[in-house]
Amino acid sequence: MAEAQNIPVGSTTAGSIAVAAESTVATRMSAPPSFDVADFPVPHGREEEWRFTPLERLRGLHDGTATATGEGVKVTVEAPEGVTVETVGRDDARLGRAGTPVDRVAAQAYSAFEQASVVTVPKETVLTEPIRIAVHGEGGTAYAHQVIELGAFAEAVVVIDHTGDAVLAANVEYVIGDGAKLTVVSVQDWDDKAVHAAQHDALVGRDASLKSIIVTFGGDVVRLHPRVRYAGPGGEAELFGLYFTDAGQHQEHRLLVDHNVPHCKSNVVYKGALQGDDAHAVWIGDVLIEAKAEGTDTYEMNRNLVLTDGARVDSVPNLEIETGEIVGAGHASATGRFDDEQLFYLMARGIPEKDARRLVVRGFFAELVQQIGLPDIEERLIGRIEEELEASVA
Amino acid sequence: MATLEIRDLHVTVEADNATKEILKGVDLTVKQGETHAIMGPNGSGKSTLAYSLAGHPKYTITGGTVTLDGEDVLEMSVDERARAGLFLAMQYPVEVPGVSVSNFLRTSATAIRGEAPKLRTWVKEVKEAMERLNMDPAFAERNVNEGFSGGEKKRHEILQLELLKPKVAILDETDSGLDVDALRVVSEGVNRVRETGEVGTLLITHYTRILRYIKPDHVHVFANGRIVESGGAELADKLEAEGYEAYTKGGASA
Ligand SMILES: Nc1ncnc2c1ncn2[C@@H]1O[C@H](COP(=O)(O)OP(=O)(O)OP(=O)(O)O)[C@@H](O)[C@H]1O
Ligand SMILES: [Mg+2]
Repeated sequence: MAEAQNIPVGSTTAGSIAVAAESTVATRMSAPPSFDVADFPVPHGREEEWRFTPLERLRGLHDGTATATGEGVKVTVEAPEGVTVETVGRDDARLGRAGTPVDRVAAQAYSAFEQASVVTVPKETVLTEPIRIAVHGEGGTAYAHQVIELGAFAEAVVVIDHTGDAVLAANVEYVIGDGAKLTVVSVQDWDDKAVHAAQHDALVGRDASLKSIIVTFGGDVVRLHPRVRYAGPGGEAELFGLYFTDAGQHQEHRLLVDHNVPHCKSNVVYKGALQGDDAHAVWIGDVLIEAKAEGTDTYEMNRNLVLTDGARVDSVPNLEIETGEIVGAGHASATGRFDDEQLFYLMARGIPEKDARRLVVRGFFAELVQQIGLPDIEERLIGRIEEELEASVA
Repeated sequence: MATLEIRDLHVTVEADNATKEILKGVDLTVKQGETHAIMGPNGSGKSTLAYSLAGHPKYTITGGTVTLDGEDVLEMSVDERARAGLFLAMQYPVEVPGVSVSNFLRTSATAIRGEAPKLRTWVKEVKEAMERLNMDPAFAERNVNEGFSGGEKKRHEILQLELLKPKVAILDETDSGLDVDALRVVSEGVNRVRETGEVGTLLITHYTRILRYIKPDHVHVFANGRIVESGGAELADKLEAEGYEAYTKGGASA
């Protein structure tokens, strides 16, 4: 199922459902996955995975010129009792299990980080309080590596907040044991100049579940690449995303769900609002159903609300199906302008223009937030959206 | 006593890179407590009149005046007009995704009344108003007009009319798309508001059917962008019998 409507000038909403013998998701990358940055040529910008990204604004993360500074980024982990928090060296055997860097910046981060942070929730430990990770940029450049591991049947909520100013490239791994449940909220609330590129790899165990909520408000360039694979059947991944792209910001979310084992589910819903000159949002949703992944059930959706002229959206859902033995597979993408008729209707009921605009944008995001199913996170998010609207929709 | 005065109103729209005059000198006075029916053929400019009074940005006022109790309506923004006491029930109400009816109603009541209604009495007020209009309470939690049937949208408009208690209500084809039962329920809603004697009603319609339920004090025939004849309720009977032909042949060249 594909749909597209009201596409503003200067935006693309292209989708495809390909039935392919061989994955084009994999082959259209300019180099195979590798931990070594030397295996990737310096991108020039026309590569499939870089064609939407303003390389000149990556501050050298892509071409080896960005060197880490001492006080680049401060990471603070606050964890409830029972959780192990460690700082480990590059040779720790627990690193690199969930996935392998797929582009030059992720490989650069893997090749350059000095210490990694490993947070472990032991098996059968059910946390009642979230693990909080604060990543605060202090104006420098940093390469980071974070592992979050849940043992079998463990349950945890992790909230990662990104604030301040930094040039940061990172890999984040989620290793989710059999029957475990991980909810992770990653908020990109950077200052205006920050550059943040990260690959998130989740390995979802047998009958395990991942709920990921990505919230991107700030930064000059934010380019996130959440990826999901399954370690056994019965796994479930719900990937929610919400972004608010202001004038001059580039916010790019590239997702891959690789249905590599049978009987797993995935549901992807990303929504974004854009306003101001040269606000640019990119959403790439790749879902791959491999030949062996019978019984897969997947759906992905991206919606964008363009509030003003001068903003641009590129939204590309891409579903590749190598087996017909599936429960369901669908995608949808739509980009629409802020509807002046809605504004008129609300104002004709006495509601001042500013409030009416906020009501419409809040409503747009509320539809997504209501699907998260975790009241305290929903409340927090609505609160953050309010703040963002207060600050930016006038 | 609130009075809406429309004098020699001229309105244009931009269509296909050309400016087209739609309203060509409308004169009308609506006083609180009165009901005026405006009847006319398709395309004669009835909705244009309604939208222009409400301040829709697509319509450009090129001449004339509109005042509410002497205040210049044309100077006001859309929301100011609503707060001044104008209400437009739309021919085609707009869907607002993600905004629940209850949130919408409360936000607009707060804006119109100048303060947030007390929660307890408000909930009761809405519930009772919905009951009177045969609306399922579940509507309160649905998104504004989203997936509403034509009849449900019109009931929702009249619900707002009842809650917002305007000085002048413009009802643009509130009767169209309603079956007989819905027409009766909606008309009863309008009549409840009229019976307060607090509202002046401008009932825009193409058909005489609704006038069996809502008795107008004045009937105006609208053709080719202006009022071409005015009379009492008997004028509606004449239109019922003879149609609009007599009015469209001569004057309407557009
Ligand atoms: N926004 C607009 N852009 C272009 N033309 C318009 C616009 N609004 C109205 N018109 C034109 O103005 C004329 C009057 O339209 P209007 O909708 O006011 O008529 P109406 O009397 O309400 O008709 P109906 O009985 O069908 O509702 C029509 O020719 C219509 O095409
Ligand atoms: Mg009309």
